[in-house]
Amino acid sequence: MPEAQQTQEPSDAPREYIAAIDQGTTSSRCIVFDRDGRIVSVDQKEHEQIFPKPGWVEHDAAEIWTNVQEVVAGALEKAGITREHVKAIGITNQRETTLLWDRATGEPVHNAIVWQDTRTDALCRELGRNVGQDRFRRETGLPLASYFAGPKIRWLLENVEGLQERADRGEILFGTMDSWVIWNLTGGPDGGVHVTDVTNASRTLLMNLRTLDWDQRIVSSIGVPPSVLPEIRSSAEVYGTARGGALDGVPVASALGDQQAALFGQTCFAVGEGKSTYGTGTFLLMNTGTEAINSYAGLITTVGYRIGDQAPVYALEGSIAITGALVQWMRDQMGLINSAAEIETLARSVEDNGGAYFVPAFSGLFAPYWRSDARGLISGLTRYVTKAHIARAVLEATAWQTREIVDAMKKDSGMELTTLKVDGGMTSNNLLMQNISDFLDVPVVRPMVSETTCLGAAYAAGLAVGFWTDIEDLRHNWRRAAEWTPGMDAAERDREYQFWLKAVQRTMGWLDEES
Amino acid sequence: MGRTIQSLERAAAVLRLLAGGERRLGLSDIASAIGLAKATTHGLLRTLQQEGFVEQDPGSGRYQLGAELLRLGNSYLDVHELRARALVWTDDLARASGEAAYVGVLHQRGVLIVHHVFRPDESRQVLEVGAMQPLHSTALGKVIAAFDPVAHNEVMEDELTAITERTVTDSGTFARNLELVRARGWASDVGETWDGVASVAAPIVDRRRMPVGAVGITGAVERMQIGSDLDPRLVAAVRDCARSVSRDLGAGRF
Repeated sequence: MPEAQQTQEPSDAPREYIAAIDQGTTSSRCIVFDRDGRIVSVDQKEHEQIFPKPGWVEHDAAEIWTNVQEVVAGALEKAGITREHVKAIGITNQRETTLLWDRATGEPVHNAIVWQDTRTDALCRELGRNVGQDRFRRETGLPLASYFAGPKIRWLLENVEGLQERADRGEILFGTMDSWVIWNLTGGPDGGVHVTDVTNASRTLLMNLRTLDWDQRIVSSIGVPPSVLPEIRSSAEVYGTARGGALDGVPVASALGDQQAALFGQTCFAVGEGKSTYGTGTFLLMNTGTEAINSYAGLITTVGYRIGDQAPVYALEGSIAITGALVQWMRDQMGLINSAAEIETLARSVEDNGGAYFVPAFSGLFAPYWRSDARGLISGLTRYVTKAHIARAVLEATAWQTREIVDAMKKDSGMELTTLKVDGGMTSNNLLMQNISDFLDVPVVRPMVSETTCLGAAYAAGLAVGFWTDIEDLRHNWRRAAEWTPGMDAAERDREYQFWLKAVQRTMGWLDEES
Repeated sequence: MGRTIQSLERAAAVLRLLAGGERRLGLSDIASAIGLAKATTHGLLRTLQQEGFVEQDPGSGRYQLGAELLRLGNSYLDVHELRARALVWTDDLARASGEAAYVGVLHQRGVLIVHHVFRPDESRQVLEVGAMQPLHSTALGKVIAAFDPVAHNEVMEDELTAITERTVTDSGTFARNLELVRARGWASDVGETWDGVASVAAPIVDRRRMPVGAVGITGAVERMQIGSDLDPRLVAAVRDCARSVSRDLGAGRF
C-alpha cells in the first residue's frame, strides 16, 4: 500500500492527527488522518490464518497484538510524527471474532475463533431448541448463526480444559478484537480497561438492542458467566489513555465494528442513507435512525453507531457471501482471466449476458434467503453463450444480489434508498458500478477516500476528543470521486430481474439435508 | 534458407529446454542436454538472464524461464488493470490539486479516457470514462505522442486541426513542442482544446520504462495558472502521481 501518500502541508499548519487502528481478518493496519480526513500514512501487517480442521478458522491473538503495536509505530514513523501530534486513537475491527484471556497475565487461553469459523453450527441448532434460529432475534436482531460471538464463548468454555472453572472464579475475560486491543493499549493486566462498544456488542447475540445492555436471560441461556463480559460503552468516547508504546498518553476514543465504521466513514448520518462495501463478499448497511427495525425479510438488525450519550443509531444489514470471490474464482479456478480487473475487459467484449445468469451460491444463499441447501449454478445456457457472456453474468450477479438486499430493506423499513455510497476494491470496475446503478435505479457514488473503515474509526475518535466539532464537520470532508447514474429501461430491468429471481429459485434444495 | 545466427539458435535451444517437462535445471544439465561446453552455456544463460528471459533460483542456483517471456506473450496492459492501479493515486491527486483527474491511453489515433476522478467540490459532474480526446491538443495526448513512438507517428501523419484559436497546427512547431515535453517530462494545454481550460499531464510507464498512458488534471485557467505560468505545485502533484502509478505497475504481478 501507498507509502508516498504524504502530501506537503504548509509548514505553519498545526500538526495534529488522528490515528485509526483497523484490526482486520487478514491484517492489522494503522492509518494516520489529518483534519481534512486525508490519509497521511499507512502501515499494515498480515497475520497467520490458522485452519485446524475444515470449517475452523483461528487467529493468534498475541501475534495480532504484536502486529498492532508494530503498525502503530510504523504509521507514526512514516508520517514523521510522534505521539504529541496524535490527538486520539480510534479502533475498528473484524466483527464477532471471539477471544478469552486471563485477566491476571493477559495470556489468551486459546486462539481467537474467527467469525468465519463454523464449529458452533450444531451448538446454534441446539440453542434454537424448538423455536429455531430466530429464538433470540427479537431481543438481539440476529439469527442464531455460527458467526456471532456468544456461542463461540460457550464452545471455548466447554472445550478448553479447566476453563469453565477459571471463568467461574472470575479469572477470565471475554472480548471481540476491539476489547482485546483496547485492554492491551490501556495497560493490559496492569489496569487495562475492559470495554466494548455497542456495535461490537450487537454482534454477540448477548446484547439487548433496546436496552444496549447484556440480556441476562440470553446470557444464561447460552451459558456465559456474566463476569467475563466487558462493559458496553458508546462508539465515540474516551475509554482510557494508552499506556506505554508509541502512543503513550494518547486517548483511546472510539471503537466500531468494521462495517459500521465504513457506514460512519461514508458519513451515512441521515435515515435512509446506506453504503455497500464490495470486497470478497459484500456488506450493505442502511441507517434506519434511532429505532431498531425488526427484519422479517432476512436482514440483520444492528447498532450503526452511538456517539457518547446521544441516542443510538440503528442499521439494517444485508450481506452477500460471494462477490469479489466470484471474480477470483473466474481467475483462479476457471482461468478465464489473468487478473481481477480483466473481468471488465472480457465482459465489455459483448453487449449483454446472452441469456446467461450466474448465481454464486457456493456456500448457500445469504441475505435475504438464508438457504444453506442452495448451491451455485449458471442458467440459461445455449450454444450462443461465450465466456464473455459468463463474465457479464458474473458482474450482474453482484449487482442483482445488491438489488435483492435493497428490496428487503425497503420491505422491512418502508424507506427508499436514494443514493448508494460504495467502497471497496470492486469500485474500480466501472461496468459493475453502472450495473448496480441500473439495477437499483438510483445513483451510485464513490467517495474520494476509499479507506472508509479506518476513516470511520478516526472520525468517531476525533468527535470524542473535539478534534472535529460535529457530524456536519465530517460531512464537509466527504468528497465525491465518481458517480454512476441509472440509464436502463424500466421494462428491461424488470424482465432481467425476473430471470435472475428464477435462476435463484433453481439453486435452492440442491443439497437434500443441511450438511 | 539464409544464413542463421548460431548463438540465437543455441539460446532458443536453452529456452525450449527450460520450457520442457523439468522446469528448473542446473548449468551442467543444460550444457549436457544441448551438447555445449559449460562455459559457453553459462555465457548464453547470463545473457538470457540479463534480458529477463531466464531467472536463476538464488537458493539452488538452478535456472528457469523468466517473467519477461510472459510479458512478451501478453504484453499490452489491460486498461481496467491500469485503472485499478491508478485509483488510490488519482484520488489523492484530485484532492491535492482540487481539480479533476484523468487517466488516458492511446486508442484509434486519439486519447481514450479510462479513468476520471471528479473535481472535489460540490458541483455536478458527469463521469467521462470512455470519452475520446485529441492527441495533438490535450496535455494527455501530447504526453502520449511524445513518449509513445506509435502515437508519435500517428500524430505526425495526421493533419493538426485547429480546435480553438490557440491550437498549434504547424507541424514543425508541434514537433518542437513534443521535444520539450520529452525533455521536461510533462505536457500542458492552455486553452488549446477548450477555451479557458488548462491541463497538465505526465507519462505512466511500466517496468521497462515503456509508456502505457498518461495521467493529468484539467481545470479553469484561472486556477491552474499563476500569472502566465502553470502553477508549479500542480505540475509537481501530477508528476508525483504519474511516478506513483508507474511504481505500482513495476511492482506488479511479475
